[in-house]
Amino acid sequence: MTRQAKSQATSRAPEPGSRFAPGETVRVAERPALGHCRTPWYLRGKTGVVASVQGIFRNPEQLAYHQPGLPKRVLYKVRFEQAAIWDDYRGPAGDHLEADIYEHWLEPASRSAPDLEKAR
Amino acid sequence: MTHHDHDDHDDHDHDHHDHDHKHPHASPQKDHDTGPVGAYEMLEETIRSLLIEKGVLTAQEIAAQVDLMDSRSPALGAKVVAKAWVDPDFKKRLLADTRSALAEVGIDIGTLADYRIVENVPGIHNVIVCTLCSCYPKLLLGIPPAWYKSLAYRSRVVVDPRGVLEEFGVELPEGTEVRVHDSTADLRYLVLPMRPKGTRGWSEADLAALVTRDCMIGTAISAVPKGKRKAA
Repeated sequence: MTRQAKSQATSRAPEPGSRFAPGETVRVAERPALGHCRTPWYLRGKTGVVASVQGIFRNPEQLAYHQPGLPKRVLYKVRFEQAAIWDDYRGPAGDHLEADIYEHWLEPASRSAPDLEKAR
Repeated sequence: MTHHDHDDHDDHDHDHHDHDHKHPHASPQKDHDTGPVGAYEMLEETIRSLLIEKGVLTAQEIAAQVDLMDSRSPALGAKVVAKAWVDPDFKKRLLADTRSALAEVGIDIGTLADYRIVENVPGIHNVIVCTLCSCYPKLLLGIPPAWYKSLAYRSRVVVDPRGVLEEFGVELPEGTEVRVHDSTADLRYLVLPMRPKGTRGWSEADLAALVTRDCMIGTAISAVPKGKRKAA
């Protein structure tokens, strides 16, 4: 990664009350969801790094059913190594995927988690 | 239908001389209304008429909103990109606080979803997708192309972004990271492409003409077309 590339890890100020800070390793919960949900299946159980805190939003899982969507949830931009998502990713190791994931879908993870996952 | 009507038909390819003109002709216009009404069309019509009936919206308001949507085009996004290319301070503000920077150029995000601009730099090429539905920066790009909403693009670009970019004709320098942005939640993404080489001194308007819709989705690279190369 070039120096310019590294500086692109957008460091917006963390939202008050956010559980994770940019740079922290997190794991997307591996659980099913009934109904509307903004956490894609392909990222569940995958480990990435918080790239930035995106803000606080009403919970879309409730909004979809005409509920107030409260309490609001912190939204994170999580950066995943492509190789940590797909076993057979055909691009180089530096490729990444970023997705916006709500806090209640994230768990703390140790840095070695992707390796453990691969070993399984 | 009289005989001379036929002269106006674009796709009327049968032989007039061997034809007795007694069968009923189908309308020459291929109107999308002529097929059976689909379930979603019926749903849309029902909801629309209920909203009007209950006084939530007027027909005029709905028509005005449709007009507004139709008036948006990638030209808006291109204008923003070109300004960011010529004005480094604007670019900084655009990346840090997109809402206020867009307001400066008269684009009001209002109650719509907030924007994030991801910048292509030497070493990183960004590409946008929405795997869960078809979130798209409509405010800056207008109505999305059909392929953006297709299951093929949405599923393939996350698994094999390089394969998809290759099909779009995107050639990246060796060592470039491909970074896919899945707009899964409440934000809309737009790629700020790299300013093409050989455009020093170009006006904002000339630069904006180089910024295509696909450049701002990340499925193209902004470039100076061969015929348009001028001396700096």
